[in-house]
Amino acid sequence: MSDLVSIFRRYGVLIALVLLILLNFAITPHFATMQTLSVNLTQVCTIVIVGVGMTLVIATGGIDLSVGALMAIAGAMSPMFFTGQLIAIPNIYVGIALGIVIPIIIASLFGLFNGWLITRFSIQPIVATLVLFIAGRGIAQVSTNGDLQVFKVPEFQSIAIGRVLGVPFQVWIMVVVVGIAAFVLRRTVFGRQLLAVGGNEAAARLSGISVKRVKLIVYTVSGFCSAIAGLIVIAMNSAADANLIGLGMELDAIAAVAVGGTLLNGGRATIIGTLLGALIIQLVRYTLLANGVPDAAALVVKAGLIVLAVWLQRQERV
Amino acid sequence: MGRFKITPSIAVVLVLVLLVSLAAMRYDGFLGTYNVQSVLRYISMFSLVALGMCFVIMTGGIDLSVGSVAAMCSVISALLSPYGLAPGLVGGVAAGCLAGVVNGILITQLRILPFIATLATMLAASGSGLLLAKNQSVSVSYDTYFTQLGQGDLFSFVRPEWVDADGVGLFGSILGFVLSFPTPAWIAIVAYVVGGVVISHTSFGRHVLAVGGGTEASRLMGLPVDRTIFSVYIISGTLAGLAGVILAAQFGAGQPIEGIGWELFAIASVVVGGTLLSGGKGSVVGTLAGALLLGVIFTILNFENGMGWISLSAYWQSVVRGVFLLVVVILQSRLARQDSDRMKAT
Repeated sequence: MSDLVSIFRRYGVLIALVLLILLNFAITPHFATMQTLSVNLTQVCTIVIVGVGMTLVIATGGIDLSVGALMAIAGAMSPMFFTGQLIAIPNIYVGIALGIVIPIIIASLFGLFNGWLITRFSIQPIVATLVLFIAGRGIAQVSTNGDLQVFKVPEFQSIAIGRVLGVPFQVWIMVVVVGIAAFVLRRTVFGRQLLAVGGNEAAARLSGISVKRVKLIVYTVSGFCSAIAGLIVIAMNSAADANLIGLGMELDAIAAVAVGGTLLNGGRATIIGTLLGALIIQLVRYTLLANGVPDAAALVVKAGLIVLAVWLQRQERV
Repeated sequence: MGRFKITPSIAVVLVLVLLVSLAAMRYDGFLGTYNVQSVLRYISMFSLVALGMCFVIMTGGIDLSVGSVAAMCSVISALLSPYGLAPGLVGGVAAGCLAGVVNGILITQLRILPFIATLATMLAASGSGLLLAKNQSVSVSYDTYFTQLGQGDLFSFVRPEWVDADGVGLFGSILGFVLSFPTPAWIAIVAYVVGGVVISHTSFGRHVLAVGGGTEASRLMGLPVDRTIFSVYIISGTLAGLAGVILAAQFGAGQPIEGIGWELFAIASVVVGGTLLSGGKGSVVGTLAGALLLGVIFTILNFENGMGWISLSAYWQSVVRGVFLLVVVILQSRLARQDSDRMKAT
């Protein structure tokens, strides 16, 4: 009996996902098709990628509200390079390379800025990242004048819609990001340090961990992940709209992390959990939509799901 | 000792006064009836939400649901507006109160972190608002007095004619100025006066600050911790509901997708007003000044554009607000550090 309980504790999120898939096989028409899989995976990709950065931040006991705004900055900036607006580019591939690398560097630097505010001035993470939440989208809007930038550059767009082995390229990006982060968290010294900082910051400091360095790195990584997600969004839409890219993403990412079983006070984290959490939220929404329930009702169900997941998590600890 | 000490809340009031005086000197019509009315009409909704947030934050909590609760309540009050002013007002406010009750139960009974509990309520309120409104805005009834709550000017009927004449003196101009305030501004003023009295002159107010200062210590002292926390979320939800009613009355429609980002604007106002996010300390007056300050920045940008020297798009307002918040939080962390140094020294 106690074995059963412990299995459920460890694999609860996975079991829920499997049950959900089985339910869909039973009730949702045309569920077992490649197209369904593809639609669900592409919808969940950006949330998972941002969620990975968010998981690391939350594992240190922090939070990052600026992810959506950083997506907008990266996404709005990128077309300026590969469409040759900003500087004349010798060929399209150089333009694309610049359009990928420079936005990623800039968003990572903004992430570093978050970390700097938090470590240098000991400002609470929620307030420190609120600054860029408010200003970041404004920066993206100001730099594009709020205009929609439409482009048609198949070479660039292949980062989202190109296919490798029949799977959209963005899904591969997601798999790589999840894989690297899961490895770092589980198997490296840095991963242990990160959890130690989240578990008990004072103890971590006394045991010789550079708390400051750990925090700077996780917020930078969160900015990095947001930039990748921002680029995928514009590649998918073949347009960049600074007003809309990543809008509300901070909440989706936090929800995925919470449902996935990462402790929101820090100290315990699971990257795979975040992946599964995002998949569950997406699949529940898909199930409801495919069976004719309006999207607004799906929001209410999502709220219930978050409460249930966090409440179950609490029961484990008691 | 006894030296006048500039607290962050006093500082923000001073900055507000300074900024408004400078703007009044620089721009024609900045303190004119039209501008004051339109600014106050808009800011009063935010300041109501910020007041509720201030109470929540003083207990060390946070309420992310206020924006979508306001949106949901604007829909509900718009749906009830054909039955008259009172049903629309009561219905909207009651719905906000109910959202607060849900938050209170999640936080005090199920022991879910405020951040996550109110995030869930935010999604649920947003979904309910969209469902009730069938995914579109719901126009309010103009047959009843409902729209007066947003578009009316409560005391304009007692405003004497002579205050508009030239040379009425300081008293006359101030009287004319104040009596031209729009109804939402009066609602906000009443809410802030009540809020200020509650915080500094009632035992409930003391409990709020004590719980924020140290939940465990308050519990050991026998203070009603759970009841206090429950109450602040009800206050916050109710004020968000009131803001939603004003929103519907002002724009003539219940807006299910309005209110996005209000919660963070409210948090920013509270922080700018000198309330610590860790709880235990706070200022209702500072919060009002913070909300006014963040709102006035937008108006000043508009006027500056009107002068023709520079041309900044509306998008600059969020950049300016963000930078402003940045400066404030850095200054606050400095002050906090000085305080703790001083405590160590003694």
